[in-house]
Amino acid sequence: MAETESKSDDPAREIAERYRHRVGGVLTALRETVARFGYVSRSREHVVADVFNLSRAEVRGIVSFYHDLKTTPQPPVQVRVCQAEACQSVGARELTTRVESHLGIKLGETNDAVSLDAVYCLGLCAQAPSMMVNGRPLARADLCDLAEEIPA
Amino acid sequence: MTTVFVPLDTAAVAAGGDAVAAAASQAGLEVVRNGSRGLCWAEPMLEIEEDGARLAFANVAAGDVAAIVDQREGHPKCLGKVDEVEYLDRQTRAVFDRAGIRNPLDLSRTTILQECLDRDPESLIAEIETSGLRGRGGAGFPAHIKWRTVFDTPGEQKYIVCNADEGDSGTFADRLLMEGDPHRLIEGMTIAGIAAGATRGYVYLRSEYPLAAEVLQSALDNAYDDGLLGEDILGSGKAFDLELFIGAGAYICGEETSLLESLEGKRGEIRVKPPVPAISGLFGAPTLVHNVISFAAVPAIMKHGGAWYADMGVGRSTGTMAFQLAGNVQRGGLIEVPFGITIDEIVNGFGGGTRSGRPIRTVQIGGPLGAYLSPAEFDTPLTYEAIAELGAGIGHGGIVVFDDTVDLARQAHYAFEFCEVESCGKCTPCRLGSVRGKETIAGIIEGRDVEQKLTIIEDLCEVMETASLCQMGGMTPIPVMSAIKRFPEDFRR
Repeated sequence: MAETESKSDDPAREIAERYRHRVGGVLTALRETVARFGYVSRSREHVVADVFNLSRAEVRGIVSFYHDLKTTPQPPVQVRVCQAEACQSVGARELTTRVESHLGIKLGETNDAVSLDAVYCLGLCAQAPSMMVNGRPLARADLCDLAEEIPA
Repeated sequence: MTTVFVPLDTAAVAAGGDAVAAAASQAGLEVVRNGSRGLCWAEPMLEIEEDGARLAFANVAAGDVAAIVDQREGHPKCLGKVDEVEYLDRQTRAVFDRAGIRNPLDLSRTTILQECLDRDPESLIAEIETSGLRGRGGAGFPAHIKWRTVFDTPGEQKYIVCNADEGDSGTFADRLLMEGDPHRLIEGMTIAGIAAGATRGYVYLRSEYPLAAEVLQSALDNAYDDGLLGEDILGSGKAFDLELFIGAGAYICGEETSLLESLEGKRGEIRVKPPVPAISGLFGAPTLVHNVISFAAVPAIMKHGGAWYADMGVGRSTGTMAFQLAGNVQRGGLIEVPFGITIDEIVNGFGGGTRSGRPIRTVQIGGPLGAYLSPAEFDTPLTYEAIAELGAGIGHGGIVVFDDTVDLARQAHYAFEFCEVESCGKCTPCRLGSVRGKETIAGIIEGRDVEQKLTIIEDLCEVMETASLCQMGGMTPIPVMSAIKRFPEDFRR
């Protein structure tokens, strides 16, 4: 049951305390938790619930709503390929297929080294298709951009 | 020393702008990181100052820098003087007039704030009414009605909220403004606060725009340092505090009530309207919610007068609109022009046709909830009214071009799929309708019981349109039905 206990010395508590009195602080605290640890573990959900005086179910509800609030550890490389219309119009679907075969995982899947996710618009619609690799935006993206970061 | 300008904007950085800036710096040039001019097709762009004018170069790579400095006009990537580049010269920039001129944080932090502090709120609201400004986020609701409602509704604490959750595919105007001229937004929101009697404001920014967050936060810090925000703005005794809030990845949070829920730290589930946010918004208080471009239009309106703004445009579509041309197009970018320009002038005139060189088959206007139009409709002027007559909407001004390889049945399938992924789940027509719609279109694509399934889609779309609580479910039928109506052959293969 250690995983579900909200430890008092968890650094997530300090993060949550920092945003406790801010508007929308619980969401910011959860975002910061992801930024620092890569994901929100069940026990850290409980820490946040405790600090904000919310039920665990409420915090779980928030975490499950937002795409960015990951609940499992993330691999070192995170790839997001835009799937929205502007990118579709210049081959995003084909690009996605090539990225999938390069990485050996499908959209929405993760392995030890890399995660591959859909993203709906990076605002680079005039320079489509676009991708984001570890937070770095790439315009007119092709597989070469990825081959540099992640050799097959 | 020669000064060169390389944008810090995401559009430039994503195309290799940082490497160009580094190369220029290494070559001993003085490098200014400006905002983007919105010529996304030319990014990364580089400008060289020469005799008071600036020469522009398109699609510059790091290795080009030495030759550009050496050859100037003679270099093949030279576009000529930046002010004379046709793409820019043909625009009328009221909101984006300063974007790209200097580093965004070096642009003057106020243009008309002092004068607005001296005016009474009533006259500020009247100025907005005269301008005819309508919300640029998508709904096109008259701005002055919202301002007046917030002003008139009693409340201890009122709020100004900027919707910077720009999630529509094909749109990037909000990002360009926040990365290129953030003080314009801050000033617009502050003036709105003074007019509506609101002393607190929030910018709700999507997490997919980390660079915009960085630039805007620096601008906010500068504004506080200069006394342009806080308890006593420019010694006027009037207060306005403004804070940046970053979302966590949810398209639906671009819907204003969902955004307010999210800003309160909750799941971004939409609220039933009425009451509208102007009466009961953030924490139940009167709240003025506008898109970035709506607020950013305010300083120019106050400076030049509502009548000046209303003189531009057509009929009830007054002023300028920041159209965003994207997708399969040669020259995509930001095009700020008065309402009334035709689709053809944007797509073929500015855009130069498809990037693939194939014929245009359709454009989708207004984001993922916008209609697919056929080239036969391209002579339609872009006004709220004329586009509404086509059963479409201008939305946030995004125009996405597709060539003749597009399969509209797949696009209809995608419209439902997107709705399924991004639905907040609160109401059944949207939550379940999107799933059933996707399955049914999949059946049509496979050629099973096509006519029967098309009837089902039509019924389903009617239910979603009339019974959904917000525009997510209510407008997903628009791309679907516009595709079926204009391109029936794609559904009957």
